Amino acid sequence: MSKISRRRFITTGVAAAAGLSGLAVASKLAGRYGLIPPDSGGLYGPGTTLTYAAQRVLIRQSLAREFDRSQISQKPLANEVAPLPDDFKRMEKGSFADWHLNVTGMAARPTSFSLAELKRFPSRSHITEIACEEGWSYIAEWKGVPLSYLLGRVGALPQVRYVVYHSIQSDWWDSLDMADALHPQTLIATGMNGNDDLPVPFGGPLRMRVPRQLGYKSVKYITGLTLTDDIKRFGKGLGSTEPEFGYSWYAGI
Amino acid sequence: MAESLPIAAKSEFVAGGSFAIVSADVAEAVSRQPTHRHAVFVRITHWLSALAFLALLVSGAEIVLSHPRFYWGETGNVNTDVLFKLPVPSSRALVPTGYGYVLPDQNGWSRALHFQSAWLLVFVGVLYVAFGISKQHFRRHLLPARSALAPKALAGSIVEHLRFKRPSEAEAWSYNVLQRLTYLFVIFVVFPLMIWTGLAMSPAFTSTFPSSVTWLGGRQSARTLHFLLTVFLMAFLFAHIFMIVLAGFRSRMSAMITGRGPQGKERA
Repeated sequence: MSKISRRRFITTGVAAAAGLSGLAVASKLAGRYGLIPPDSGGLYGPGTTLTYAAQRVLIRQSLAREFDRSQISQKPLANEVAPLPDDFKRMEKGSFADWHLNVTGMAARPTSFSLAELKRFPSRSHITEIACEEGWSYIAEWKGVPLSYLLGRVGALPQVRYVVYHSIQSDWWDSLDMADALHPQTLIATGMNGNDDLPVPFGGPLRMRVPRQLGYKSVKYITGLTLTDDIKRFGKGLGSTEPEFGYSWYAGI
Repeated sequence: MAESLPIAAKSEFVAGGSFAIVSADVAEAVSRQPTHRHAVFVRITHWLSALAFLALLVSGAEIVLSHPRFYWGETGNVNTDVLFKLPVPSSRALVPTGYGYVLPDQNGWSRALHFQSAWLLVFVGVLYVAFGISKQHFRRHLLPARSALAPKALAGSIVEHLRFKRPSEAEAWSYNVLQRLTYLFVIFVVFPLMIWTGLAMSPAFTSTFPSSVTWLGGRQSARTLHFLLTVFLMAFLFAHIFMIVLAGFRSRMSAMITGRGPQGKERA
């Protein structure tokens, strides 16, 4: 009774073949248009990839929501940070005069910028919400150098696909694709809430601020950038440290 | 209900080429005892949704443990007043819970599983709605009859449910009015709201569609609503399983797995 008819067998076969080749074509196209994240492998790779690809197609250069000055959180929350290295404490004593941002990799003019230099560059500020993956959030005004300005300044080569950023917490690094690296709200933050120095608990003296992604992409205590076209060469090739702990590299959710 | 013997059951005989040789009394028995209850697309989408929903529930619970506090409005954190908090320990030392210990951090895989299951549920949901419309599933099986919506009929059905009355035999073959209304509400109101409140927490999505979150009153409101909708869906799940047990666990489970309606002993 449950014999499958020949017609059904053939239709199912043709549909399956079409589906599979469709999938193959789709993944090839996705790779070409930069829709595959570095952490696309593994058990949860499909979900992570779908989210990233869908958002990269749907969301282009739109700005993260900005808020009124009156909405700035009276009590912003600095998340816990791991103990800072001695190097950090030494520079903190000297008001971070020795702090440098070392830009290397695929740039015409790789440069090491001092904190004072960075603060003299054209700055931009925005009042945005920072949301932790745990669920809590606060609104603050962030001020800093747009990452896109810095990339222009060092003469980033056209083939750069990722900007890798390193923290003084040496085992912590992350990266952005060019959509977020060149986004006008992505800042190397040097100040917060009208304060010209970024307080240490909030990532001072330098913090990457990426308002279109969750808080963990806004890495604190930035000391260097590497411009690259091959993210696989860094760490375990997953784009950042987070995927090693199960967190997705792309955190626009 | 013999007149509603589905075409599929009949055509199976034809496809098997054995219709002609089925003796008259077997054919009569078949028409007396229809075997078709749930269509294949309903069964497949039902179990895939159940799988995705359970994964979302478990992973969602794990995520909540990292911050079991809820707020209303745009922002909220341990420095601000809560709308309510759950009396559970947390997986983060940052959260004051009153418990002297911190649970292990399970957010990594929980988040990955949550989003992957959400994608699965969205795909399954789209397929279900497409099939449901093209096969007239909603119109024929879920939209309640006008007469059943009359206050008296509705009240009668509610009283029957409150008395935990075992459903009548006819209900093994068709949904009662409260069931229909609840299923329609869950499918067309709760699940879309769930997706909406989930997306309203995405900083990238809201950059392109800011009203998705401002209409809800802010990011923390969206998160709180997402949680409250989960509570509703958990209540729905408990009621759903309770009603299945009340109606006959084996027969209802086998109907949703094999597609066949109740037969033999359980049919009495």
